[in-house]
Amino acid sequence: MYQDTIAAIATPQGLSSVGIIRISGSEAIDVIDKVFTKPLKNVASHTINYGHIVDSDNNIIDEVLVMLMKAPKTYTREDVVEINCHGGSVVLNKVLLEVVKNGARIAENGEFTKRAFLNGRIDLAQVEAVMDIIEARTELALNQAIGQLDGKLSAYINNFQQTLLGIIARIEVSIDYPEYESELDNEVKEDIVILNDKLKQLLSSADTGKMIKEGVKTAIVGVPNAGKSSLLNALLEEDKAIVTDIAGTTRDVVEASINIGGAQFVLWDTAGICETTDTVEQIGIKKAKECIEVADLILLVLDGSRELYDIETELIDSLLNKNNVIYVTNKSDLNIKVVLENSIGVSAKNKIGLDELKQIMVEKSIGFQVLDGGISNQRQKESLAKAINSLDKVLVSIYNNMPEDCWAIDLHDAYGYLGMIIGESLKEEILDGLFSRFCLGK
Amino acid sequence: MPNIDIAVIGGGHAGCEASLAAARLGKKTIMFTMNIESIAMMPCNPNIGGTSKGHLVKEIDALGGEMGRNIDKAFIQSRMLNLAKGPAVHSLRVQADKVKYTQEMIKVLEHTENLLIKQQEIVEILVQDNKVVGVKTATGTIYNCKSVVLAGGTYIQSRCLIGEYIEYTGPNGLKSAKAISENLKMLGIEIRRFKTGTPARVDARTIDYDKMEPQYGDEQIVPFSFSNINSDITKEQLPCYLTYTNLTTHKIIQDNLHRSPLYSGVIEGVGPRYCPSIEDKIVRFSDKERHQVFVEPEGENTTEMYVQGMSSSLPEQVQLDMLRSIPGLENVEVIRTGYAIEYDCINPLQLNHSLELKFIEGFFCAGQVNGSSGYEEAAAQGLIAGINAVLKIDKKPPLVIDRSEGYIGVLIDDLVTKGTLEPYRMMTSRAEYRLLLRQDNADIRLRDKGYNVGLIDETTYQQFIFKKQAITNEIERLKTAYVGTNEMIQSILAKKGSTALKSGVSIAELLKRPELEYKDFDMIDINRPNLEPDIIEQVQIELKYEGYISRQLKQVEQFKRLEKKAIPQDIDYEEVYSLRSEAVQKLKEIRPISIGQASRISGVSPADISVLLIYLEQLRRRK
Repeated sequence: MYQDTIAAIATPQGLSSVGIIRISGSEAIDVIDKVFTKPLKNVASHTINYGHIVDSDNNIIDEVLVMLMKAPKTYTREDVVEINCHGGSVVLNKVLLEVVKNGARIAENGEFTKRAFLNGRIDLAQVEAVMDIIEARTELALNQAIGQLDGKLSAYINNFQQTLLGIIARIEVSIDYPEYESELDNEVKEDIVILNDKLKQLLSSADTGKMIKEGVKTAIVGVPNAGKSSLLNALLEEDKAIVTDIAGTTRDVVEASINIGGAQFVLWDTAGICETTDTVEQIGIKKAKECIEVADLILLVLDGSRELYDIETELIDSLLNKNNVIYVTNKSDLNIKVVLENSIGVSAKNKIGLDELKQIMVEKSIGFQVLDGGISNQRQKESLAKAINSLDKVLVSIYNNMPEDCWAIDLHDAYGYLGMIIGESLKEEILDGLFSRFCLGK
Repeated sequence: MPNIDIAVIGGGHAGCEASLAAARLGKKTIMFTMNIESIAMMPCNPNIGGTSKGHLVKEIDALGGEMGRNIDKAFIQSRMLNLAKGPAVHSLRVQADKVKYTQEMIKVLEHTENLLIKQQEIVEILVQDNKVVGVKTATGTIYNCKSVVLAGGTYIQSRCLIGEYIEYTGPNGLKSAKAISENLKMLGIEIRRFKTGTPARVDARTIDYDKMEPQYGDEQIVPFSFSNINSDITKEQLPCYLTYTNLTTHKIIQDNLHRSPLYSGVIEGVGPRYCPSIEDKIVRFSDKERHQVFVEPEGENTTEMYVQGMSSSLPEQVQLDMLRSIPGLENVEVIRTGYAIEYDCINPLQLNHSLELKFIEGFFCAGQVNGSSGYEEAAAQGLIAGINAVLKIDKKPPLVIDRSEGYIGVLIDDLVTKGTLEPYRMMTSRAEYRLLLRQDNADIRLRDKGYNVGLIDETTYQQFIFKKQAITNEIERLKTAYVGTNEMIQSILAKKGSTALKSGVSIAELLKRPELEYKDFDMIDINRPNLEPDIIEQVQIELKYEGYISRQLKQVEQFKRLEKKAIPQDIDYEEVYSLRSEAVQKLKEIRPISIGQASRISGVSPADISVLLIYLEQLRRRK
């Protein structure tokens, strides 16, 4: 069962001035009392206590502050003790060893969070948020995860569920009380359309959410020698890619990562696109085209110092139906011969126009409306898509003049799927997810 | 001391079904009633059926109960409600001749083998070692029995209130059962106090019908009982009348609210939200300028009219004033004054799904005593309790209908799992799988169960098997009955405003179009067999709503999976470390048999269910 007491080093391994060991479980206080010089059994909850950690022979291991947090107002809803030690893995490991010797066991990965979930302290969306916080690469990703942990996503979803419940209630009343004047009006249909639009908006924000979490995949493309690699280096402010005057220097995809205004961008410098018989170059071009397909953002680099080549015109045409392309006219330091409408003039060589480019990169990808606590993982996204699909079915039923009790079936489904986003409705899929997420042996 | 098998306490709708089921299944049964006159009495509205209640009656009939057959003999107007809505919520409701309904039921009871009726008050249920052994009458006779069905309705410790006036009787001024309440408490049964009420009955001769809208019955009468076919039933139907309250009515009520026992604090019982008194409606929906009032005949040979929508416990004079403010009732005379009634009932969380008390073997409870309201709800429980009292004696597993099989299942599961804090009324919205639980297919859903229990005779069952086969055959046939794009079919489609065909298609496919019906293809479907309307109806619904039905069947699959995840009855919830204490307490009280049932208990959260599942999974792996 879960009444055993677990412990782990809660701070990242490595050099730091302070390190924390967290203990959680019904015996957390018994354990700390055996290794800490000040008895805590009768000390008030949520206090910081000064003393020393000692071994069985009363040798001092470290001078520490112990935070005492008694159940249920703790992260796991169990008794939790946190020992603030001096940093350094030797000391931390020694303290942890002492703690384990006295009745705790080493926690599994994510086990504190698992307990918080099992004890009803956080919901499934929040569990996932914790995992995201741990893995957060940038500030924006962290904000989003914290938003979810805060229950902001749950609040959004609850709000949608309430609206849906109102719609369902109106239908149910008209069915159960036919003799009373409660005929359904067009409002129900309108309300469903409005709700569905909102859900669709949230779903589209899911892509933003994903970009925030995983970084915006940005492909830098163009013909050979347009200055793609120079642009990459300029953005990175280091010489990551090899730059020469020889066309076709970059043959494979060069990947690098930068942080712009708190958001993560994964930059792909690709091979120049051209007609070629060189097998290696052909592979590079194929890869470049694949990058265009999967990228969240495309930087098409053009050489402003000469007229457009035919292949560049073709390339521009092929990208016309995409709304995630930024046209970059490079070599603005030279004599500009061509300026494409809406393009950004830069000089990778002289570092001109880069700030403006960076700003547009942010706008074009995650935009201004960064959603705190928006949808960010695949499971949530699928549930949301299913809810939308159910509402679409309702609208089809209404359109086909099917009776109200038929609408109700899909309305109830939509309600259930919304619940699944925040782990509230009890569907088999959730349970499966639960069992696969946590190792439930023994 | 006389020995019998089963004692049924009460002769209302629950008592009748329980007694008949028990006796028909061969058990020596006595129905104890305080007043013979009150057998199968309808002390409130003169209707049987309505939304979801009509479904219940059909299900009772499918299982072999009596209510459907009895009302088919005693109705005076019949209507299918919600026809503009989908088939799942079509609901049959009829007006009953109250006297005739009672007489017909008594006739059936008196002609049932193994069944005796006794006008006796039961004052004590005798229990030894947590098992029922007998009942004791007020006059001191003890009957030894193996099972008891308590169906005391609203008679237990009841009192009626009209304004400041209180009378310690059951409904309609009949004697109330005063002694049994104490006995139940002694047996450890938790008692609740509920309240309901009824409007005044007025004299038909003092009503001006010209000021009201008449409401007529349907031309095509659909019987309640599957054993009656449509053409069997013909009837000269009586109309009902619709009128409305107005601001004057509301002012009279407002001015006198302090004299209503509901608001003066005299009434302790909890009333039903779904069937509110007129005082309640005025207070809760103060912005509504008028409320509907239906004036309905109470029978063929009486001038008494029921005033639906005006249930009240205001003083007599106030009731008269408010009635007379309504168009058409300006000169009305009251025959019986409306009243509120308070009564004892049990907390149904103490029952198993079989309706047997968890802690006293052989002690079954049914009807309003379980906290429900309504004739149909009572009859449904009576039937199940009667059947299970028999199965208990025969040491067979109980008959339990689950939520995906019938409204009866929803009703009983709600009562024993969620409990109720007010008189429980059936509603279609309580059923999760409404499209499957239609009133038209109650026999398809439940006939087998009735037959297996032994309440459906062989001939009836064979007819049912034949019907089922005919439905399947016809659906199969229509799926391969192709029509081309000839002129005839295009003109049929055009006439119905349906899109013309571009290529050949099956009739089954065409029936999916909402605007088309089975009979539209009479002319071109040359191999069409001659089928009864009820068969055609099934075929049509199955085809038309195929997509929705299959979606709902998927939901049922999900549901059944959780219902099958059994919780061992010896589980110690205190041991499940991470359960919240509220959940532990609820789970200990209700002791659900499955995860599915546990998930429906209020106070048990999804997180608790996850915890429980994980605990069970670990138990399983440890073994």
